[in-house]
Amino acid sequence: MSRDDRTGLVARWPFLQQLIGGDRSAFGSTAYSRRTSAIRARTAEADQVVASVCPYCAVGCGQSVYVKSGRIIDIEGDPDSPVSRGRLCPKGAATFQLVTGAHRVSSVLYRRPHATEWETIPLETAMDMVAERVRRTREETWEETSDDGARVRRTLGFAHLGGATLDNEENYLIKKLFTALGAIQIENQARI
Amino acid sequence: MIQGSNMAECHPVGFGWVMEAKRRGAKIIHVDPRFTRTSAVADIHVPLRAGSDIAFLGALVNYIISNDLYFRDYVVNYTNAPVILSEDFRDTDDLDGLFSGWDPSKGRYSSASWQYEGADVFPASGQREAEAPDGGGGVRRLVQDSGERDTSLQHPRCVFQVVKKHYARYTPEVVESVCGVPRDLFLEVAEQLCANSGRERTSAFCYAVGWTQHSIGVQYIRAASIVQLLLGNIGRPGGGILALRGHASIQGSTDIPTLYNLLPGYLPMPKAANDTSLETYISLNASPTGWWSQLPRYIVSLLKAYFGDAATPDNDFCYDYLPRLTGDHSHMSTVADMADGKLRGYFVMGENPTVGSMHGALHRKGLRKLEWLVVRDFAPTETAEFWRDAPEIARGEVEPTDIATEVFFFPCAAHTEKDGSFTNTQRMLQWHHAAVPPPGDCRSELHFLYHLGTRLKRLYAGSADPKDRPLLDLTWDYPTSGAHDEPDAEAVLAEVNGFRVADRAPVASFTELADDGSTACGCWIYSGSRAGGVNQTARRVPAGEQSWVAPEWGWAWPANRRLLYNRASADPEGRPWSERKRYVWWDEDERRWVGHDVPDFIPDRPPSYRPDGDSTGIDTISGNSPFVMQSDGKGWLFAPNGLLDGPLPTHYEPQESVVDNELYPQRCNPARMEWRRRDNPYHRAFDDQRFPYAITTYRLTEHHTAGGMSRWLSWLSELQPELFCEVSPELASERGLVNGGWATITTARGEIETRVLVTRRVPSLRVRGRTVHQIGLPYHWGGKGLVVGDAVNELIGFVADPNVSIQESKALTGDIAPGRRSRNRRVVTSGALAPAADGPARDLPAAEGHAGAHGSKAAESREGDA
Repeated sequence: MSRDDRTGLVARWPFLQQLIGGDRSAFGSTAYSRRTSAIRARTAEADQVVASVCPYCAVGCGQSVYVKSGRIIDIEGDPDSPVSRGRLCPKGAATFQLVTGAHRVSSVLYRRPHATEWETIPLETAMDMVAERVRRTREETWEETSDDGARVRRTLGFAHLGGATLDNEENYLIKKLFTALGAIQIENQARI
Repeated sequence: MIQGSNMAECHPVGFGWVMEAKRRGAKIIHVDPRFTRTSAVADIHVPLRAGSDIAFLGALVNYIISNDLYFRDYVVNYTNAPVILSEDFRDTDDLDGLFSGWDPSKGRYSSASWQYEGADVFPASGQREAEAPDGGGGVRRLVQDSGERDTSLQHPRCVFQVVKKHYARYTPEVVESVCGVPRDLFLEVAEQLCANSGRERTSAFCYAVGWTQHSIGVQYIRAASIVQLLLGNIGRPGGGILALRGHASIQGSTDIPTLYNLLPGYLPMPKAANDTSLETYISLNASPTGWWSQLPRYIVSLLKAYFGDAATPDNDFCYDYLPRLTGDHSHMSTVADMADGKLRGYFVMGENPTVGSMHGALHRKGLRKLEWLVVRDFAPTETAEFWRDAPEIARGEVEPTDIATEVFFFPCAAHTEKDGSFTNTQRMLQWHHAAVPPPGDCRSELHFLYHLGTRLKRLYAGSADPKDRPLLDLTWDYPTSGAHDEPDAEAVLAEVNGFRVADRAPVASFTELADDGSTACGCWIYSGSRAGGVNQTARRVPAGEQSWVAPEWGWAWPANRRLLYNRASADPEGRPWSERKRYVWWDEDERRWVGHDVPDFIPDRPPSYRPDGDSTGIDTISGNSPFVMQSDGKGWLFAPNGLLDGPLPTHYEPQESVVDNELYPQRCNPARMEWRRRDNPYHRAFDDQRFPYAITTYRLTEHHTAGGMSRWLSWLSELQPELFCEVSPELASERGLVNGGWATITTARGEIETRVLVTRRVPSLRVRGRTVHQIGLPYHWGGKGLVVGDAVNELIGFVADPNVSIQESKALTGDIAPGRRSRNRRVVTSGALAPAADGPARDLPAAEGHAGAHGSKAAESREGDA
């Protein structure tokens, strides 16, 4: 060990830093080693930070979504938010796993009548099949008038139940499309 | 005052502000059956019997009035306290727990006898057509601050005296007996609350579904409204009644409703019997006075947004395209119909009703009878897999091969993979931006709906059938982009915001909307969210760079107002009630309302303004009427219209209670919704020896509702891996329950097993001279996901509040026994779990026929088992 190294060691001696370095609590610079001084937060590597909102409860905490090379690498609380000041609760802090986790299914599943297993079908096929079923149901259950003769112009043949984590714009299209189709049993978690 | 909510655990980050208030000296009172983390940091925790809150709140009203602790200037000027009521009104005191107006032949109330003397009053919300005049009898005009009033509040028929008399029997002794709350503890709460209200100080109430999920839930919130209006705590900073809603955009789902009875912006859906034309719809739903006089502009602009050029003055703007209601078509009614084989198809998007809604077995019975089911979620939920993973399938009562339902599972995009706005619990819209594209075949609901719509338009193209015109004329031209043809969410927001039809220029506010077809607007209360063509919901000026009201973060409806009714923060002359509580006031020099927030009032209407007999519409709103949406501009202590179960909150027992109603012979809410079916049996009204314990349900910090966004995540599942019940040491000893062991909990609907947590957090209470044990149950689990457990809602039957069709899941009865569940039948849809037991009637003879009255066609169903 050279003399210079020894001087450096002394200079980094925590007790000395506490004494003369202004870090009396020892929670500041004293707590760093060479290795930890070089560590940077994962979020620093992001090439994009996207403003978002927590998808769980209705407090509406701000989230910052850190993206690197087209992948989400972290989700943190947004310190600018006057609602949440950078904080997230356990659920909010798990958002990263919610959106990137292996639990997510990424293909359309179809269960035939009486089947005991799912099968995978193409998205476009499934969309066509659903549209066809909506049309058929609507045709078969259309009511121009109710039992007592009042004009109703509707179908009671199909219904909708939506979760309350959908976007306003999505809810708008749900209500708009289904109303135009004459469906009225359009409901939401907000009822529950 | 936090009641009906466990804010610290269910809204932890919001609760940070409560703790900050505490640090500055605020007193925190928590009224709840359980001692939770909210109670742990509260100054006072009041354990009360689940389902008895109106008795508690009614006693607060009585305490405030009988001790002259109400805020007199506020009450006289801003509430309907001075208004004289019709001579025809009779209160529950005189009629054994019913109000006047009960019609035994219809099984419902008429509100005719609840009216103001000399004026029929139009409700701002709620059951606006409950009293549709027969034969076109008009609503008599209501001139604000005139008419029959007694500002001395002494007239025996004035609202104040009626309220005083109604709550006279709600004494501290009644609180002790009915709620199980020692009277001294109640008095301590009452004293603290009143001491912290008035000119210089305000108190807030926070509630959540602990208040709403009751067969009289709406009246819980009404009861708090009366307390807060009497204390002058509405429309002022630090005051209010704050609904702590549980989902990121559940407020938005109400504003832009996917609810059967509403169109966007709280416009009612047309009812077949009355709303036969645009003209009658407007005449029945617009108020002649107050802000709802503007309804024609909003409905016409909505029809223009929906049907575009096809909507013209000559065809009533396509009003006839709208489907009509013939009763209650709410979630539970729909599921009951489904179980009776009346539906063919069902869309379920981001929802897991076989776990999250009541009576999972009845839901699954309904799903088994469908032709097709579409579920959209992150992964297949219990709802998506009802055909192979359910109690009745595990026991072999139902074979998957016997189930004919076709099921589609579509994987959804996450919020980080799509643009769009959420509306938080304080009405604030915040935009979230797509960060990455969704994986594989995952798509947004926006994508699904848009492309379903374009497919259906193609399938129906060229149809000459009039029933297909609404679809073919529907405006559906949202631009798309990217590899997936994702529709542009901001283009949808632009339609929601509203625009001038001629040049598609965005409107700045709903005040620019017209009733002549020159404007289109998808949701009038969101008008301004894209003012100037700028997405106001995406604003993110850092908290530290703007005022404490933070008006430049997101956008709050209406008109970016952060505190509703804030005209009430100033006195009748427009001056702040106190310097300390200064918020919005009248500036005499500018001749305008000014302040820290966007004033919730007509900007240039002076406090001295009074309408005269010739005034119409918004000109009827007097300068000292802060509640502009109300037809009389006043906060309603007494609700002369709009509610199906009475003008004043009244204590009724839950459908299933451990005790009889101490206050009235009418035991339950006479107007509640019941579904009397063999597959939805009820326990005896009270004191059912088979089901001797009170049950209440709740959420945990680490899980989210039915678990679709939490039980599949290891980080959260590790923290709360298993279903448990909370029981007191007394109950544990009575039933031989062991901490950490197993228990089986039963009702007539279902049977579940849970781990046992013996704890003083759910105390046994002394109620009506006997010990009442309560069982606390978190309800997040089901058969799928990383952590599985029985679904608590299997225990709960279909019963609902009549005003909003919300189920009663916070107060019921059941039994508990040690050990794991037996091999017996677990769900009532496969056959009775308990022999039928007739008990004491819930209703007076006059009210017995109520059940089918409020739309509940299923009530008459006698369909057999399975």
